Amino acid sequence: MINPFGFKNREIEFKDKALLRDDPKFATNKIVIFQGVTITVFLFLIAGFWRLQVLEVATYREAADKNIIKSIPIRAPRGKILDRDGRVIVDSHTSFSAILSRSAYNEAHLPAIAEGLHMEMEELEARLSRFRKQPSYKTVEIKEGLTPGEVQFVESHNDPDTFPELELIQSYRRMYPQHGLGAHVIGYTGEVSEAELANSDFAQFNQGDVVGKAGIERYYNDMMMGQDGVRSFVVNNRGQIQKTLSHTQAVPGKTIQLTLDLDLQIAAEFALGGRRGSVVALDPRTGEVLAMVSSPTYDLTKFAGRINKTDWNEIINNPDNPLLNRAIQAQLSPGSTFKPIVAMAALEAGVIDENTTFHCAGGQSFYGTYRHCHNKTGHGNVSLRYALAQSCDVYFYNVGDRLGIDRLAEYAAMTGVGQKTEIDLPSEKAGIMPSTAWKARSVRTKWFAGETISVAIGQGALTVTPLQLASSVGGIAMGAIWHRPHLLKDQPDLPAARKASWSPGHILSVVGGMYSVVNDGYGTANAARLPGIEFCGKTGTAQLVSNAYVEKHGGKVKDNAWFVGFAPRQNPEIVVAALFEAGEHGKDASVIARNVVKAYFDKKARTRRPPQVAVLPFAARPGEN
Amino acid sequence: MATYRSLKDIDWAMMFLTLCLCLIGVLQIYSVTHATPAWRDAWWKQILFLITGLLLMWLIMVIDYHTLLGQTPVFYALTLFLLVLTFAIGKRVLGAGRWIPLPLGLHFQVSEFAKLVIVLLVARFLTELKKDTVEFWDVIRMIGLVGLPMVLVMKQPDLGTSLTYLPPLIVGIFLAGLRWQYVAGFLLLVGIASPLGYMMMRPYQKSRLEVFLNPNLDPQGEGYQIIQSKIAVGQGGMWGRGATQGSQTQLKFLPVPHTDFIFSTFAEEHGFVGVVVTLGLYFLLLMQIVQNAQTAPDRAGMYLCMGVASVILLHVLVNVGMVVGQMPVTGIPLPLLSYGGSSIWSMFLMLGLVNNVRLRRFVN
Repeated sequence: MINPFGFKNREIEFKDKALLRDDPKFATNKIVIFQGVTITVFLFLIAGFWRLQVLEVATYREAADKNIIKSIPIRAPRGKILDRDGRVIVDSHTSFSAILSRSAYNEAHLPAIAEGLHMEMEELEARLSRFRKQPSYKTVEIKEGLTPGEVQFVESHNDPDTFPELELIQSYRRMYPQHGLGAHVIGYTGEVSEAELANSDFAQFNQGDVVGKAGIERYYNDMMMGQDGVRSFVVNNRGQIQKTLSHTQAVPGKTIQLTLDLDLQIAAEFALGGRRGSVVALDPRTGEVLAMVSSPTYDLTKFAGRINKTDWNEIINNPDNPLLNRAIQAQLSPGSTFKPIVAMAALEAGVIDENTTFHCAGGQSFYGTYRHCHNKTGHGNVSLRYALAQSCDVYFYNVGDRLGIDRLAEYAAMTGVGQKTEIDLPSEKAGIMPSTAWKARSVRTKWFAGETISVAIGQGALTVTPLQLASSVGGIAMGAIWHRPHLLKDQPDLPAARKASWSPGHILSVVGGMYSVVNDGYGTANAARLPGIEFCGKTGTAQLVSNAYVEKHGGKVKDNAWFVGFAPRQNPEIVVAALFEAGEHGKDASVIARNVVKAYFDKKARTRRPPQVAVLPFAARPGEN
Repeated sequence: MATYRSLKDIDWAMMFLTLCLCLIGVLQIYSVTHATPAWRDAWWKQILFLITGLLLMWLIMVIDYHTLLGQTPVFYALTLFLLVLTFAIGKRVLGAGRWIPLPLGLHFQVSEFAKLVIVLLVARFLTELKKDTVEFWDVIRMIGLVGLPMVLVMKQPDLGTSLTYLPPLIVGIFLAGLRWQYVAGFLLLVGIASPLGYMMMRPYQKSRLEVFLNPNLDPQGEGYQIIQSKIAVGQGGMWGRGATQGSQTQLKFLPVPHTDFIFSTFAEEHGFVGVVVTLGLYFLLLMQIVQNAQTAPDRAGMYLCMGVASVILLHVLVNVGMVVGQMPVTGIPLPLLSYGGSSIWSMFLMLGLVNNVRLRRFVN
């Protein structure tokens, strides 16, 4: 016998065990019963077809003629976004969309429809193909934000004889501020992609939904999105509505109010003036974000409907990366703006006091390396206040050396350096606060004492985001109370502020130094002085690469300019961090911050309630009653 | 030792009926899918499945079925292993992890092939009994053996396919001889167990059952399929709308029109006459298999043929019954007509088993 698999022939063994009785006829009568059952089953089935196809054929023919379920979506408007004064930043306005009913569409009509709606055929096909896994009664929105001419096209062609599959619905279009104002905070919306639908974060969405993709639009998407309604009809094969099956109202999205001050936001954008960098203004008393600018920016109005490919490519191919929100995503060395935090740590750790002085001779050797002060001729004997005002590097080299990296890291972490602020925006970056543990974890090598000297002047592995810097310094100025930065105005369940029990005397010393930076003649940010306002701050000029590298490349790599400042000196109301990438000197950033602070106090003066004028009540007028 | 004289002794009538049904299937798959870009090449893929199916049929024919029965424990263990594997890596398609992905973009549906193993298992078990009636504990053991893969498939979740494992068991026990007391006891048990079973059903299974009893409960969801299928069948009338002309079919009102609902589209396009002819072919095919059972050389062969006949009968009953609204929507394919490699191959393997028995009907 043929045995292609070479099975061991167990047949004999099996037979021995089973004692096969070769009497297959023993069940003959029962097989007849099975045949009877089979006949019954087939008669039962044929009876079913007889009923449907012969007896009730007219009923079903009629049902078939009528049988087209058409579901027309009712779009829910997305919630508005308001600023802190209730002014509208982002609105939704009504527009028209063309939808295609997939249960009745004719492929031959597609080219003409694409032409009438001024679409590329490939785009139309791509949109339809995204819905291939959905039930056929679901419609596809093929173009939104129709022009009056396109609306006309749909209305004059959706009759049963031309394109019965075409339909016009009301929809909503996002109305964003122009010229990229607040683009990074607001973010934008877009159709949920197939890749996102596979991700569990987007599990509640359906194909074709428009969702927030960045910024506030993404973070508070669930609040603002609303719920689309639907009307479904049975229509006959001429497209005429026979019966309404269901009508579910749309639930509009909620309007949200931000802490952002539109006036200050505009002032901050003007202050930065399109230079590469970022400005963040916070109210340190509450953590409310008053302004947040990142530059270069991008034009949100291009995202109002669906962004087209050329605009999108232009944005993503820009080497300066306009989509990056530098305020929360740029992780850069803070340079000398870190010095107030170092001073705070040293005072609290007790390695220096208000009167400690160091001698600056233009540089000093640490662990075998000679380190320059930015002032090559030296500052002489330097106190803390003068060291902050003049940004003396040698002073802070010594402070850092006494403090050691782990104590510095401990205090800096209390102010929030190296951690996300947990602001209500997606994709915030944490920055890095180096320490021995951090180095062992990330580089797996020992910490060198020489590295501490770099970190003490805000260089080395240390990186912060502008928001982090503003929050950290603002909290110190508040008396060591850090409120979580946030953008949504009403947040009853915001966590309690972080506090540290630091000596008020120490805080006043650091704040005094920062006051000198701006207000004393010898301060590095004297140009940022504001008459009548006690504006305090600290400049920073952060090297991106080592001095040696700069010299080798002919000094072409420019330093980042930083400034962090607050006002007034006591009970601060606003803290501003300004970053001007490749701005060479911190002084240039200080002017940006000054303009924001000035705008804040100008507005405060403008809107202060005028004194009440006493008016006599009507009843007291003589001659009446 | 049983052997056969020539491969020419296979059941040519059964082969003819099988290929007629397959041809109807291919034509209907073409009619349904020719306008859907995603499925445009389904019809010639089905032809490839049929050709490879014939090859599998030949392979299973040439190995003596006693040898296959001897290896049944191995097949059984392998099936259980693969069913568990399906859980682990099964591709999630339409909400059910039923497939193991294979190279060349193919998917292997273990639960289809398990039908064949169940048929072998029941035949071997009953042949090894040395009595003319089955005792209580034999029944319990068989329920245990068949129940294990059933539970695994039910959990996929694929209630429909798991139910197709029951007919070989029920028909086998019936043929082996069962006392009426057991039948009565069993019916009593079912009476008690069904409310319990209903409580344990998944929500979608419950709603399918409820909607089956009253499709108008949910004309756009679960009931949609039943209503659409009935409309398609009904509008076919006596002579049908003609191939590729069924408006319900072509307007894609029916879900999965080339697999589970293929007979609904066939009924629309070929009418009552086409339905009677096709069901007639199935009936003749079943009778031919039953005839092979009657001429089988031993009990083992008889059980195998009857097992195959019972599986096909249940498939036809449940699938065609679903199409006319006489059975709930279960998602089991129509043998030989529905598109799908696993279904075609397992059906051809089972028919190969019947041929196997027939080839060895002349005992030396």
